Amino acid sequence: MIDLLTIFVLAVFVGFEVVSKVSTILHTPLMSGANAIHGVILVGAILITGRAEHALEITLGLFAVFLATVNVVGGFVVTDRMLEMFKGHRTAKPVKSAANGHKEVGE
Amino acid sequence: MSPTWVQLAYLVAALCFVLALKGLSTPKYARAGNLLGAAGMALAVVTAYVHGAVHNGLLILLAVAAGVVVGIPAARSVKMTAIPQMVALFNGVGGAAAALVALTEFLAVPHGSVLFQVATVLTVLIGSVSFSGSVVTFLKLQEIMTTRPVLLPAGQLLGLGVAAVSALLALSVVLTGSSVLLVLLALAGLALGVLFVLPVGGADVPIAISLLNAFTGLAVAASGYVLANTLLIVAGTLVGASGTILTRLMAQAMGRPLTNILFGAFKATSVAAATDEQRTVRAGTVDDVAIMLGYAHSVLVVPGYGLAVAQGQHAARELAQVLEQRGVTVHYGIHPVAGRMPGHMNVLLAEADVPYEHLKELDDVNPGIGSVDVVLVVGANDVVNPGARDEPSSPIYGMPIFDVDRAKAVVFMKRSMRPGFAGVDNSLLYNPKTTMLFGDAKESLTKLLAAVKQV
Repeated sequence: MIDLLTIFVLAVFVGFEVVSKVSTILHTPLMSGANAIHGVILVGAILITGRAEHALEITLGLFAVFLATVNVVGGFVVTDRMLEMFKGHRTAKPVKSAANGHKEVGE
Repeated sequence: MSPTWVQLAYLVAALCFVLALKGLSTPKYARAGNLLGAAGMALAVVTAYVHGAVHNGLLILLAVAAGVVVGIPAARSVKMTAIPQMVALFNGVGGAAAALVALTEFLAVPHGSVLFQVATVLTVLIGSVSFSGSVVTFLKLQEIMTTRPVLLPAGQLLGLGVAAVSALLALSVVLTGSSVLLVLLALAGLALGVLFVLPVGGADVPIAISLLNAFTGLAVAASGYVLANTLLIVAGTLVGASGTILTRLMAQAMGRPLTNILFGAFKATSVAAATDEQRTVRAGTVDDVAIMLGYAHSVLVVPGYGLAVAQGQHAARELAQVLEQRGVTVHYGIHPVAGRMPGHMNVLLAEADVPYEHLKELDDVNPGIGSVDVVLVVGANDVVNPGARDEPSSPIYGMPIFDVDRAKAVVFMKRSMRPGFAGVDNSLLYNPKTTMLFGDAKESLTKLLAAVKQV
């Protein structure tokens, strides 16, 4: 049990550390990305449904799987769409954008 | 204990999540970070399925497929302006999933260790709060319900009452192991979430979303103790911790302490008192404004959510280009909380191909604002309200603003005299320097564009 507590405390510090310096521009995508990551509850939902034997548990478990999947895929897709908007806009003169586009594909 | 390969796969997934968050905090690696997070998630989910789906394998696949069919089109088709409420919804279903997981596990194994019981009640309670709270924020942002703070009679007492009942229920679940009480606890959590978000005013709702996001993270972490699964603990805690920091950063960007935002429900009456005085508003025509703009040296555009709603970003960019061809310097002043979330306006303007280097932040703009000839406020309101700077009684007092009242002239494009999202009256509208241009932002901009070409 102490093992799990250790993991928890260390993860708290990592979480604080990782986002301590972030520009305002990225607040929304970061929130959305973190939102997708807590969709990891899908793992838990699959595990409990995978060993459920009674109809009620199976039903609840499957509903949890469904909701968690919406959280995961929706979260990652929406974050990617937001970040796509920022793509290459540091060099954003419309004339040059075609050339820059190629460079980015190559990265 | 899970086999070694499963543990290793979870470790790799956890690493991916850490790096994803790290990447998402820097503009350069943000997109790669998000993709890495998705890859880690895929690894974790496939591992859980292969290792854990002993029964019901096909049904699980079907449920996942249903989730994909709902989630992807929703995320793809949502308009950029509506992203905040979409994030709120995704957050809510995550919280609900966590609560359901803990509830289901409890039904299967009602008498575990004390730690298991405590983790279960925490997951169910926090997950339920997060779900119902997120639904209310969605309704507010979608403007299905009022965006004003909703103050129930004796709302605070009611909230404290429900919180006390929840605590009692939680305690009795731990003591008795009764699943009926656990369901009641979930219901109490739902009520608590609603009561928690109702008094939060429209402009502050994104902060509530961010906080609920951190809540869901904690619920997921607690569910990790229920299932003795380290990945859930690590990932949930990461989101809980980073979400808390992010919430504080957002509150700082608005210049107000978090407790004030969540519990200091707007005293909307204190400001409205002055409105009956005969204050005059100067309305201008499109041609007046076109001349002001066409003969200016420098113009500052302050866009707000109203611009995005009217889909006027492209018209604004074209107008800026025409002005630049005439030799006018045009910049955009982007307030940290312009739009509905910090950074939301940057996303919306990037979508309209506005060059990144034209976007200026508060600290770049305010020192030199006295030499700006015309400030064009399009669909923004609260972020230029001098009350936030001068009037301690104003509900938004303390929020940093663009000091546009110090510029030489202000053109305020607005649909009506209605107050902004925060519901606060704006004295800038009655400033003698201000010219009002009433109408839909996109239409006005398009007319203005034509008129400027004629000047």
